[in-house]
Amino acid sequence: MEKGKGVMGSGRRWAVDFTDNSTTPSTRDIADPPGFSRASQDQDDSTLSRQKKDAEANWKSQKAWEVAQAPFKNLMMMGFMMWMAGSTVHLFSIGITFSALWQPISALQGVGKVFEPYKDSKVDLLGPKLLFIALNLGGLALGVWKLNTLGLLPTHASDWVSSLPPALEVEYSGGGIPLQ
Amino acid sequence: MDWHQQYIGKVKHAVFHTQKTGRKRVVVSTEENVIASLDLRHGEIFWRHVLGINDVVDGIDIALGKYVITLSSDGSTLRAWNLPDGQMVWESFLRGSKHSKPLLLVPTNLKVDKDSLILVSSKGCLHAVSSIDGEILWTRDFAAESVEVQQVIQLDESDQIYVVGYAGSSQFHAYQINAMNGELLNHETAAFSGGFVGDVALVSSDTLVTLDTTRSILVTVSFKNRKIAFQETHLSNLGEDSSGMVEILPSSLTGMFTVKINNYKLFIRLTSEDKLEVVHKVDHETVVSDALVFSEGKEAFAVVEHGGSKVDITVKPGQDWNNNLVQESIEMDHQRGLVHKVFINNYLRTDRSHGFRALIVMEDHSLLLVQQGKIVWNREDALASIIDVTTSELPVEKEGVSVAKVEHSLFEWLKGHMLKLKGTLMLASPEDVAAIQAIRLKSSEKSKMTRDHNGFRKLLIVLTKARKIFALHSGDGRVVWSLLLHKSEACDSPTELNLYQWQTPHHHAMDENPSVLVVGRCGVSSKAPAILSFVDTYTGKELNSFDLVHSAVQVMPLPFTDSTEQRLHLLVDDDRRIHLYPKTSEAISIFQQEFSNIYWYSVEADNGIIKGHAVKSKCAGEVLDDFCFETRVLWSIIFPMESEKIIAAVSRKQNEVVHTQAKVTSEQDVMYKYISKNLLFVATVAPKASGHIGSADPDEAWLVVYLIDTITGRILHRMTHHGAQGPVHAVLSENWVVYHYFNLRAHRYEMSVTEIYDQSRAENKDVLKLVLGKHNLTAPVSSYSRPEITTKSQTYFFTHSVKAVAVTSTAKGITSKQLLIGTIGDQVLALDKRFLDPRRSINPTQAEKEEGIIPLADSLPIIPQSYVTHSLKVEGLRGILTVPAKLESTTLVFAYGVDLFYTRLAPSRTYDSLTEDFSYALLLLTIVALVAAIFVTWVLSEKKELREKWR
Repeated sequence: MEKGKGVMGSGRRWAVDFTDNSTTPSTRDIADPPGFSRASQDQDDSTLSRQKKDAEANWKSQKAWEVAQAPFKNLMMMGFMMWMAGSTVHLFSIGITFSALWQPISALQGVGKVFEPYKDSKVDLLGPKLLFIALNLGGLALGVWKLNTLGLLPTHASDWVSSLPPALEVEYSGGGIPLQ
Repeated sequence: MDWHQQYIGKVKHAVFHTQKTGRKRVVVSTEENVIASLDLRHGEIFWRHVLGINDVVDGIDIALGKYVITLSSDGSTLRAWNLPDGQMVWESFLRGSKHSKPLLLVPTNLKVDKDSLILVSSKGCLHAVSSIDGEILWTRDFAAESVEVQQVIQLDESDQIYVVGYAGSSQFHAYQINAMNGELLNHETAAFSGGFVGDVALVSSDTLVTLDTTRSILVTVSFKNRKIAFQETHLSNLGEDSSGMVEILPSSLTGMFTVKINNYKLFIRLTSEDKLEVVHKVDHETVVSDALVFSEGKEAFAVVEHGGSKVDITVKPGQDWNNNLVQESIEMDHQRGLVHKVFINNYLRTDRSHGFRALIVMEDHSLLLVQQGKIVWNREDALASIIDVTTSELPVEKEGVSVAKVEHSLFEWLKGHMLKLKGTLMLASPEDVAAIQAIRLKSSEKSKMTRDHNGFRKLLIVLTKARKIFALHSGDGRVVWSLLLHKSEACDSPTELNLYQWQTPHHHAMDENPSVLVVGRCGVSSKAPAILSFVDTYTGKELNSFDLVHSAVQVMPLPFTDSTEQRLHLLVDDDRRIHLYPKTSEAISIFQQEFSNIYWYSVEADNGIIKGHAVKSKCAGEVLDDFCFETRVLWSIIFPMESEKIIAAVSRKQNEVVHTQAKVTSEQDVMYKYISKNLLFVATVAPKASGHIGSADPDEAWLVVYLIDTITGRILHRMTHHGAQGPVHAVLSENWVVYHYFNLRAHRYEMSVTEIYDQSRAENKDVLKLVLGKHNLTAPVSSYSRPEITTKSQTYFFTHSVKAVAVTSTAKGITSKQLLIGTIGDQVLALDKRFLDPRRSINPTQAEKEEGIIPLADSLPIIPQSYVTHSLKVEGLRGILTVPAKLESTTLVFAYGVDLFYTRLAPSRTYDSLTEDFSYALLLLTIVALVAAIFVTWVLSEKKELREKWR
């Protein structure tokens, strides 16, 4: 992130580009003079800056992929911790499970923010974002699975009937052995 | 938290023991079969023995000046108790062939060396028993001569005794016997044509008076000088109307006797010319004591008369009616009713003159000691004979108390809390510590007369055999009010049956006071007309009282209340008609709506029939009664008389709350409980085995238990225990029944549990449907839908025989249950229901263990710590009542018998409240520290953020 900022910061504050970068001649009324190669001219003019830009974009996309893959490591660690915590309900296992649930949720909420530094017209962020979301969803699923193994998810019939009050009875009867 | 009170019951005999100063005691025997030695100064119990329920005391006396002699069990058991400490010295069993009036005579002068004789006439025999070791010295059988002994008389200062009795109704026999060896000295007999009836009154050592069979002639029988002479005196000759009920009252006045005619009593004297003359005429409420011999053969007796709110006690010297030794008048609480008995005793005043004290037994069974015109002490002994108990809430704390009171209490409150704070912070001086202790001891919180947040404070309303109702405060057991039920003119001998909660104001009727309904009966037969009384439980006033025209063999509180929260009650009379109360049009409209859903059942134990009835129509009769309904028999279950006899019928408590209908097992599986209020547990035994344990062989004894639906008469479950017999004690709660009986083959008591599950609901296991609420588990059910049920049972050995069984009940029914078992040792044992779980197995799986299933054992454990009564005994235990507190974890337990015991129980510990010794100061301190820490760190973080921004 800091690096990204640096790239932006080191550049010009403002610039007017007089060169005509358009590659399609049809947009102009006048045809190019003979012997003029637009491409070669462009290259000549801005080879340096273009190369720099490409490198930056490359670097950004590479970084975005890296960021997108980061939750995978997290996932592995969570899995290990869960295995360590066991399947009985106590403070430690509940804490781990809830952190395993919370982390992906908070990460998913901040997807835009995480990839903001790599926003670039040339960089396609959809792939990394999808991967990131998928991995976090995987983490969430792991958390939910853990919750279930702890028996904290209402997936059994018993979870839904345990507080059902007894049915009312239509009839009423009283009596017994006569009073004496 | 818990309290224990000791009582003795209504006193029927009293013997004073005041020979030695410093040991001022009175030995009494009571209708509750208690023998007790009471302190004459304060009325406290020195020692007490509660004899068995069939061991009725016939007479008590003191022998040798150190033994209390009691004759009990219809004259067959003679016991001697050490006077100072009440230890039993000896016990003798007297045998005889025939029933006769048990008589105990302890002559003071029949001495042989250091021994003295006790003469007992019982079961047709006369026994002479040594008072040192209880050895029977000689026995004379009178039953062989078919003589029924009426009196045993000691001739003054000699070792000869007279035994007089009747053979048949007209032959009079007088035996003269040498008391030392039982040798018959003389036997006289004479016939009296008129015949004899009723008691005899001994007028002198050789003259007695009795009535002839027409009850209009007094017969004076004198048997002096070996000659029997009869003399008849017609009652009309004495100027008295002899029509009506005439009877001779047993008394021991010399030369005088008492005759009761209708509503008055006559004192009749035998003059020196053997003529009878009326000395005095009093109304029947007047009571006379036995004669007391004080200083050199002088005699005195006491007469107690009623005069308005006062009671006049007169002590008169023997034979001289017009002279009074003492005349006192004492103010008497009218709630005590009439005087029933009086015993007198003398003491020496400092000026060497004689003073008298009187022990008075009142109509409400209370015992009072009166001395010098004052009531020295009194005992509320009606509480020893509780018939029924119910509870009532206390009033809600009123707002708008006067300013001065608030200020005062605020100051007190602050002071108390300052002291407590000091105590907690260890800053308290010794005086403060003492003050804190005093506050704790007083613990006004416990005994306040208002409702508390946890519902621990309640009024226990108890109905006693004395027809007196008491309200006991659950905090400390004190009597808040007491009420002797009004006796109407129409009814001579009312008896009380039961208590019902009539009105329990709740939501919209808050200004009304709660009240209870007392159902009584005029007489003892089931056909006798019923009496209803309504008693306000806050004030203890009788609001209303009705003498009904119909009888009451059943009372059914209905689950409906009217707009003033009065509960509808149905009374069933002996013609199987039902009567609705309260008699209001509102009640009748509520009843009409539910008309077709109301049923009742009757258990006729003598005939072996259980019948179910439904309401049919309004009563047809000459008098139109809108509140009376005819019923018709719907079903009947007839047990074969030759093989089954009903000995127990138990139903669920109507006010029991069940939290859930599902039972979740270890495998996340669901079992649906069969919860029905219309369930009846019936136990029958083989008629041969219905007697005592051991009266039948195991082969001819069996116990059959039934679970019956009382709407349809369907038998849900039937099980036979071979070789088992009663008595059966059972408790039915939720979906289970636990019963206790004797196993003849194993020679041990057993307890069985049966749980009932609803099989027709078992299919409801689809999670999705349950989530969406697409099930009919909570829809009202009818017994006519005939649900399929399954039962699970298990049986365990149990060490004790049992007097009563109850189960804890809590406000919402969430807390696990405990069985409360009244043991033969008069203690209450709490036993977790987990021990009586049919799913117990020898090797439970891990999951079952986690669920709390205990490995199966052949007997139920008795853990000494689980005695609710600790080391105390509730003598003569008869019943255990459990009432839920508002706090779900807690239940209130009241055990009653001759003694009373109250405690609070938390079967699953007090999980919903902090313990009393919880340190609130520490909690407060922690919270304050945390808040401070949060504030400090917030300020620091703000500062840091600002610095960051400036960087």
